[in-house]
Amino acid sequence: MRASTDQVWEWLDAVPDPEIPVISVVDLGIVRDVQWDDDTLLVTVTPTYSGCPATSVISMDIETALRDHGIDDLRIETSIAPAWTTDWLSDKGRARLEEYGIAPPQPAGGPERCPLCGSKAVEKVSQFGSTPCKAHWRCTDCLEPFDYFKCI
Amino acid sequence: MTRDEAILQFLLRMGDNTLILGHRVSEWCGHAPVLEEDIALANTALDLIGQTQMWLGLAGDIDGGKSADDLAFLRDAWDFRNVLLVEVPNGDFGRTLMRQFLFDAWHSIMLGRLMKSSDERVAAIAAKASKEVTYHLERSGDTVVGLGDGTEESHARMQEALDYLWPYVGEMFASDDVDAEMVAAGITPNPASLRAEYDALIMRVLSEATLTIPESRFAHKGGRDGRMHTEHLGHLLTQMQWLQRAYPGASW
Repeated sequence: MRASTDQVWEWLDAVPDPEIPVISVVDLGIVRDVQWDDDTLLVTVTPTYSGCPATSVISMDIETALRDHGIDDLRIETSIAPAWTTDWLSDKGRARLEEYGIAPPQPAGGPERCPLCGSKAVEKVSQFGSTPCKAHWRCTDCLEPFDYFKCI
Repeated sequence: MTRDEAILQFLLRMGDNTLILGHRVSEWCGHAPVLEEDIALANTALDLIGQTQMWLGLAGDIDGGKSADDLAFLRDAWDFRNVLLVEVPNGDFGRTLMRQFLFDAWHSIMLGRLMKSSDERVAAIAAKASKEVTYHLERSGDTVVGLGDGTEESHARMQEALDYLWPYVGEMFASDDVDAEMVAAGITPNPASLRAEYDALIMRVLSEATLTIPESRFAHKGGRDGRMHTEHLGHLLTQMQWLQRAYPGASW
């Protein structure tokens, strides 16, 4: 019997992002579509940044997770349009990022507050951080450096 | 020239620019003056290589089912279609960032126009790449200002970098039969039509950086049409392609 697509989405929501394991690949908004094509499950994913090395790991993790749930016949397709945007991050994902110490993206182009102490006194160190999707900021109150998830 | 031949040349030009510049920038990995800059350079290189996979991936589809890797690793210097600007050696950190700025400014304007391409495959790649290049330009522009309007030493080096790189700028706006075919099909803008916006952008940043744009409009050419690359490209390829040349088909 084929699993329902709702069930598949639920399974995928348990697959962690390989670089930010507190959020799932569904929270990140990179799983764009799940549907059955006869007996083949078709999962459409979109890369965050075009050169992000996590993309191929994510596809592998999705495949492994679905096989563990008994889905043997599946195909993962990559789609680049429409281009991934941080607007697709789920609210759950944004909250978990902040708890984890990563400031979630803001349309204003910078973090709203320090994810560690909550101070609004923050400054940019570099447009680039530990992964392509993040920038490097610091708090001038608690003096801690932190990652900011860039808004794109 | 058929439409497919022209679009293939155009895709090679886009993909070879990002491939060769991405490789050049990656040469800094582990060598940048401070850790933050090392990370920023490596991330920039990574974005450029990612964009290369999209441009050369599409080029390979059109070119008889080759892969992006086939095109990157199994062509020789005369088959490359990147502008000469991206293949010149890095020089010091200042020159690397000046080159990045001069390229990013063109790249961001070009991608903005390509997002309106009549070819939806081209428009999709441009939309994806454009988001990343916005950050590249912000950073290279900020660094050019910081170093140009910095100490006496950093100012002198940035002016020297601009003087050295300026003759390589003009090639980005040159056009030939390939461009004529692409413009007629509504796939790409006429390269020359980007110049006014480019000049306005770089003049604003370079004047804030207290740097002087050389007066000469002389332009080295021969990269984007493959007529004559600099000697530097061959040396770069010996590094970049070494593994596939020594161990054909190797993978991991």
